[in-house]
Amino acid sequence: MTQEGSYYQRDRAWHPPAFTPQYKTSVLRSPQRPLLSLENTLSELTGPVFGHGRLGPLDNDLITNYAHGGEAIGQRLVVHGRVLDENGRGLPGVLVEFWQANAGGRYRHHKEGYRAALDPNFGGCGRYITDPDGGYHFRTIKPGAYPWPNRVNDWRPAHIHFSVFGHAFAQRLVTQMYFEGDPMIWQCPIVATIPDRRAIEQLIAALDRNNTTPMDSLAYKFDIVLRGRRSTFFENRPEGN
Amino acid sequence: MVQRLDILKETPSQTAGPYVHIGATPNAIDIAGVWQTDLGSVMLTAETTGERIVVKGRVIDGAGRPLTDALVEIWQADAAGLYNSPQEPRGTADRHFVGWGRQAVDRDTGEFCFATIKPGSVPFGDGRLMAPHITVWIVARGINIGLHTRLYFGDEAVANAGDPVLLRIEDRSRIATLVAPKDLSTDPPTYRFDIHLQGPQETVFFDI
Ligand SMILES: [Fe+2]
Repeated sequence: MTQEGSYYQRDRAWHPPAFTPQYKTSVLRSPQRPLLSLENTLSELTGPVFGHGRLGPLDNDLITNYAHGGEAIGQRLVVHGRVLDENGRGLPGVLVEFWQANAGGRYRHHKEGYRAALDPNFGGCGRYITDPDGGYHFRTIKPGAYPWPNRVNDWRPAHIHFSVFGHAFAQRLVTQMYFEGDPMIWQCPIVATIPDRRAIEQLIAALDRNNTTPMDSLAYKFDIVLRGRRSTFFENRPEGN
Repeated sequence: MVQRLDILKETPSQTAGPYVHIGATPNAIDIAGVWQTDLGSVMLTAETTGERIVVKGRVIDGAGRPLTDALVEIWQADAAGLYNSPQEPRGTADRHFVGWGRQAVDRDTGEFCFATIKPGSVPFGDGRLMAPHITVWIVARGINIGLHTRLYFGDEAVANAGDPVLLRIEDRSRIATLVAPKDLSTDPPTYRFDIHLQGPQETVFFDI
C-alpha cells in the first residue's frame, strides 16, 4: 500500500463544459445544477484490475481482428504512446480501448447514416493493457473524416476514440485522438467544446517518422495523462482512507 | 523565475460519441468474433457471496426521452464492504466478485440492467460508515465529460439518513434522485435507478 492520498482536483476549465450549444446534442444532455464536490473516498480511490489473461493476441490489431478473408483496407498505421499520471509516472495495467471509423469514414453500427462503404474486414475496435512502463501500441488503418448531423454540413476530422481505465474510478477518462496537420480539427464543433487551444493540442498525435515501419506502416505517437495522486507527508490516515 | 513543478495536465475529455458501444460492448451491437465476451458484461458467478439483486434504469434527457446510445458502468464493494482492488487497505475482497460492471443501454428502450449483489458498507474518510452504495458512471453522445453519480438503496432508510455524502446535499429534496426504490415483485429483487440529466428531477452528479 503506497502512502498516497486523494487524486488532484480535476481542472474543469481544461475539460469541455457540459453545455456547449455549438454541439447541439449537448443541449439536452448537460446537467444544469452544479456538481456536488466530493473528496475521494475508497469508492473513488479503488478500481478493478484488468489481467493480461483476458485479452487475445489480436486485440490490438484492427487490421486483422475482424478479418473475413482479407485485411482491412487503408493507410496502415501504428499508434503508440504511454499512459502517464500528472506526476509523469508511467501507469502499468491500464485498460486502453479504442474504436474508430474505417478508411472511408464509415462505422460498423446500425445507426450509421453515411454512404461510404463498409469494409468487410474492418470491425473498428481494439484494446490493450499497458506495459510496466505505461506503454501501449496498436495497429490499425487511418480512419476517414465523416459527416455528422449537427449543423447543416458538419464533418468530423479523422480521429480515434479512446477509453482509459486507470487504477481508480477517479481516473476514468474517455477522449479522442486527432492527427497532426489535419486542418479539419479547427473546424469541428466537438473539438471546439474544449475552451483552451493548448488542451486541444494535447489531443493531436504527432507523426512519429522515426517509428514508421519501412514498406509497411506510418506511426503516430499519442501519450495520455490521467489524474495524479497527492503525497501524504505528515497526515494520520484514518482507517479506510 | 522559480523552480518548475513538472506537473502534467490531464488529457482533456471528449464525448464518447454515438458509437461508444463499438469499442466497449461490441458483442452487444452484433460485432461478433473480435472478442469472446464484453468486459464487465457478467458480474456474478455461482460462487459469488451475497444477496442477488438486479439494478435497472434509464438515462433520460432534458426532453424526457431515454438515451439509446449511452454506456453505463458501475463499481461497488463486495457483500462485506470490501473493494476488489489493490488500493483496498482493509482486507481481501471476495475473489469471486470483481465489482465492476458495464452495459450498453438497450438500443430501443434505453434500459440498462445489471445482475449483481448488494454491497456492504464502506467507511468515509473520517471513519464514519457510508450507507451501502454503487458508484455509477455514464458516457454518451452529447455528454462532453463522463458523469459520476451514486446509487443508494431504498430499503436502507436508516443508513441513508446518516450517510456523510447524502448529508452534504443542501437541497434535501434532491437526495431522492440517488435512492433506488426496491421492487420485491421480481426474483431477485429489482432496484430501479433512472438517471435524469436535466430538469426538475435532475440527478445529483459528483465532482470527484
Ligand atoms: Fe467518431
